[in-house]
Amino acid sequence: MKRLINRHPDNWLKYTLGTLPFVAVLVLYVFASDARLAENPKDKLLPSLSSIATAVDKAATEPSKRTGEYILWNDTIASISRLAMGVGAAALIGLIFGVMNGAIPLIRANLSPFITVVSLIPPLALLPVLFIVFGLGELSKVVLIAVGITPFIIRDLQNKVLELPRELIIKAQTLGASTWLLIIRVILPQVLPRLIDAVRLSLGAAWLFLIAAEAIASTDGLGYRIFLVRRYMSMDIILPYVAWITLLAFMTDYILRTISTRAFPWFHAMSK
Amino acid sequence: MALIEAKALAKSYGDNIVLEQVNTKVEKGEFITIVGTSGCGKTTFLRMLLGIEQPTRGKLLLGGNPFPDEPSPERGIVFQRYSVFPHLTVLKNVLVGLELESSPFTGRLFGSERGEAIAKAKEILNSVGLSHALNLYPHEMSGGMQQRLAIAQALIKNPKILLLDEPFGALDPGIRGDMHQLILDLWRKTGVTIFMITHDLQEGFYLGTRLWVFDKIRLDKDNPNSYGACITYDIPAGNKDNNTYHEIDDSLDESRRVLVG
Ligand SMILES: Nc1ncnc2c1ncn2[C@@H]1O[C@H](COP(=O)(O)OP(=O)(O)O)[C@@H](O)[C@H]1O
Ligand SMILES: [Mg+2]
Repeated sequence: MKRLINRHPDNWLKYTLGTLPFVAVLVLYVFASDARLAENPKDKLLPSLSSIATAVDKAATEPSKRTGEYILWNDTIASISRLAMGVGAAALIGLIFGVMNGAIPLIRANLSPFITVVSLIPPLALLPVLFIVFGLGELSKVVLIAVGITPFIIRDLQNKVLELPRELIIKAQTLGASTWLLIIRVILPQVLPRLIDAVRLSLGAAWLFLIAAEAIASTDGLGYRIFLVRRYMSMDIILPYVAWITLLAFMTDYILRTISTRAFPWFHAMSK
Repeated sequence: MALIEAKALAKSYGDNIVLEQVNTKVEKGEFITIVGTSGCGKTTFLRMLLGIEQPTRGKLLLGGNPFPDEPSPERGIVFQRYSVFPHLTVLKNVLVGLELESSPFTGRLFGSERGEAIAKAKEILNSVGLSHALNLYPHEMSGGMQQRLAIAQALIKNPKILLLDEPFGALDPGIRGDMHQLILDLWRKTGVTIFMITHDLQEGFYLGTRLWVFDKIRLDKDNPNSYGACITYDIPAGNKDNNTYHEIDDSLDESRRVLVG
């Protein structure tokens, strides 16, 4: 018999093995939910799949009595747009400072220690400050996300610039590139796929900051809803919302990965 | 006046004396091949010619003036690896050389200027045998094709000096012959002055016009870094004298033995 480390699943087995944990969790849930509901039909902790479906259907297709909005879609749009603005700002600032730090030693000497210290501040500890400075509106939530992940993106890109082979930087100079042209024609195009990687890595943290900010001060959003219905122990809303957030996170990551492989085939061929 | 002149040139990194007492003159149009044991300072010498290292002592002159202290288009370079831009196609890898200097803000050419630049790039790519590969990315090409591209890219700037650091070291021996022919043809056509490092003494012996051997004259077995290397042999290449070949081969073996122990 071959060693375990040398046994590879064929496609069918790989697919089956991969699906198994998902099915297992679902089956386990159904059993546990049935058992609890058999004992106490009013139990709220593990609602049946059908009551979850009813709750989701209501949130997605019936306008809310109070505001006339479709709660699920309204929450989704609110959260996604905050996330997009926060992450977008972080990516842009991270790209500019990361590239400048990596490319220009004088700027690196000037900013790198400062950014290292800033990146150690726990962003959530700053949340009260953001609320005081930017108010309780949209801005403070977007700023929290940006503040939370920008230092990571800057430092990651700075390292990625420094990891570019020195040969290429020297080569560009022998072709007559100024510092500016070296940045925009040699460094920038080569760090763009690495920026996408950095954004993908920081999306988990971005969701964390988003949900925290929405939980504390908001009137809509996925995080707001979860914390609102917690008061009524509405697991039939909380559980599908969590699943929905997970799906959104998965899709965002998938889209970013697809964009990267389509736009930068040379990068993905190199890193194989 | 000599194109390049080294006078009592020395280079050390802290206590590590890499080169000392390098004295030489190079005329325009020479093709110098450089051999030596690994770690003896060949690349260091090339880096001083490129302007990314400065001499510790002595003088290194270009046309009678101190070498510029950063890279410039008059000195082209081909490394063993990482010589071409992975994010650009073959054509654009060469085109970028023309765009960088003529367009200080965008680094790109447009319209008829771009058309002319493309024609020029295609011509030089043709001369290195890559006209069929214009739209390939470097990762889609073999090592030999990548080095051809690197050579074309370096030559598009019409450099006075072309520096090659073991350019064919990673290639299959079969391909190397073609590359030798290519580099000789280009050298004859352009009259560029070439410095080429190789670890293959045979290659050094028949390619080019002049062979340098870098080696340490004095060797301290216990403290190999306390003496630097200099040019121990400076002979016209194409010299097919077998005795000289074996003499150099033996002396390099000797240094290798002492250094590696
Ligand atoms: N930037 C550097 N800092 C310190 N030591 C260096 C540096 N570059 C090269 N060296 C040392 O200089 C010596 C010669 O290196 P190199 O010129 O690369 O040798 P070669 O190309 O002949 O194999 C080696 O001992 C190497 O460790
Ligand atoms: Mg070397």
